[in-house]
Amino acid sequence: MGVDIQVEHLNAWFGKTRAVHDITLKMSANHATAIIGPSGCGKSTFVRCINRMHETVPEARVSGQIRIGDLNVYNGTSATQVRRRIGMVFQKPNPFPTMSIYDNVAAGLKLNGFRDRRQLDEIVERSLTMAALWHEVKDALRKQSGASLSGGQQQRLCIARALAVEPQVLLMDEPCSALDPISTSKIEELIFQLKQRYTIVIVTHNMQQASRVAEYTGFFLLGNLIEFDKTEKIFTNPSDKRTEDYITGRFG
Amino acid sequence: MTLKASQADLSVSLWRRAIDLLATFAAGSAVVLVLLPLGAVFGYLVYKGIGSLNWAFLSQTPKPVGEAGGGMANAIAGSALILGIASVIGVPVGIGAGVYLAEYGRNRLGDLIRFTADVLNGVPSIVIGIVAYGIVVLRQRHFSALAGGVALAIMMIPTITRATEEMVLLVPTAVREAAYGLGVSRWRTTISITLRTAMSGVITGVMLAFARVAGETAPLLFTAFGNTYWNWNMNQPTAALPLQIFVYAISPFDEWHRQAWAGALVLIVLIVVSVSAVRLVAGRGMLKGSS
Repeated sequence: MGVDIQVEHLNAWFGKTRAVHDITLKMSANHATAIIGPSGCGKSTFVRCINRMHETVPEARVSGQIRIGDLNVYNGTSATQVRRRIGMVFQKPNPFPTMSIYDNVAAGLKLNGFRDRRQLDEIVERSLTMAALWHEVKDALRKQSGASLSGGQQQRLCIARALAVEPQVLLMDEPCSALDPISTSKIEELIFQLKQRYTIVIVTHNMQQASRVAEYTGFFLLGNLIEFDKTEKIFTNPSDKRTEDYITGRFG
Repeated sequence: MTLKASQADLSVSLWRRAIDLLATFAAGSAVVLVLLPLGAVFGYLVYKGIGSLNWAFLSQTPKPVGEAGGGMANAIAGSALILGIASVIGVPVGIGAGVYLAEYGRNRLGDLIRFTADVLNGVPSIVIGIVAYGIVVLRQRHFSALAGGVALAIMMIPTITRATEEMVLLVPTAVREAAYGLGVSRWRTTISITLRTAMSGVITGVMLAFARVAGETAPLLFTAFGNTYWNWNMNQPTAALPLQIFVYAISPFDEWHRQAWAGALVLIVLIVVSVSAVRLVAGRGMLKGSS
């Protein structure tokens, strides 16, 4: 089951540049929240703070608090512990190139010491089924490399890989920006179904996509959260002039 | 009008075809120039060495001067022993250092290691032999396969280190991040994801280093020393193919000269065979469509 994500006074830096300014918001369980805004506005950095991926960049720094359910992300726990609860899907599909399809999906469990082969088989099948990829790859699970699939299939493989570790939250950083419209619609359908079990945060450049998949939308500009509300409200009747300018295409 | 235009087209396309042909020819002759010395060396070795190559040569130890026959079997075995010791020491150290440089080496210490490796790569092999003499032979008080192995390992390390570093750096950040995102710790990611992704390149680097030291003579002169009998004890003086070739080649006996040629042929064939075998075994686990 998904859990709430509570962000309080979050700031993120690259060296001396502050990329994210004092963000406070709450993303609710079993809903999808879209993060929109022009390039370089800090959307990706914001999302990468949620699973502590931001700190893997040299000289990166974070302040503030994030709580995922009862887990305090930046206090009293380790980054690996946090990341096991949060699945992440990246902009470019990034399957492990030397691993088979099966091993890609099982990687998160295997590398963390999980060895029960029968259970692994079940989890791999279930994850691939949830990612709507099972029927396309079930005959080549161990023979074919993850890198041999098409772009859209690779992205669904990455989703399956993230789901296999049974996270509570799924972060998607522009998951469809490298995909064609058909693959995109498949992934969007998938997000609809995954919402029942996970809390989803999706960064997107595509405003139609935000309105299709997300109940809530946050608009970022220059590292600030300008407006956060129900998606409907953001796209039909935004409170802030800058949000309106952006969604009507006057800049960005 | 149209005729004129098509004639112009024709002359342009003829010109392009000529340039294309010229470029292809230039590239082709460059390939021939590269392959020619290799072919010449190998051809000459076969011509000179094949006559003395027989089963006795591959299965017997050397005969005393004046007696015909005998072979270099002990030297072939000795080379295998020394190279085995060198690989056991050199490969893990080299790969470990290379991974360190790529993953953690963006600092003073990293620069120092890189610089040291590059200098070490340029040190004459005879000097490396003296070093191994100093740290192994003087302590053991006699020559040994171990000393030879240490000398060759020192020569392998810088090549493997720099090759590993470059191959690991080629692994995209996105692949590392995928592992971090699954809650895999950094050291686990480095070993099971990054190094594994870079493995085929790393193996190429290792084989390059192996092939290079397999033919080294100078560092073995006062470490492994040579031996006319069988020896499997790594603490005893041991024969090696390059050493045996050297001794036979500078001797005054025609029979020994012929055997030296055969030894050189065996050495080059063994290097090619072992390098290809490792590539074959390493490539067997490859999946369809993996890079």
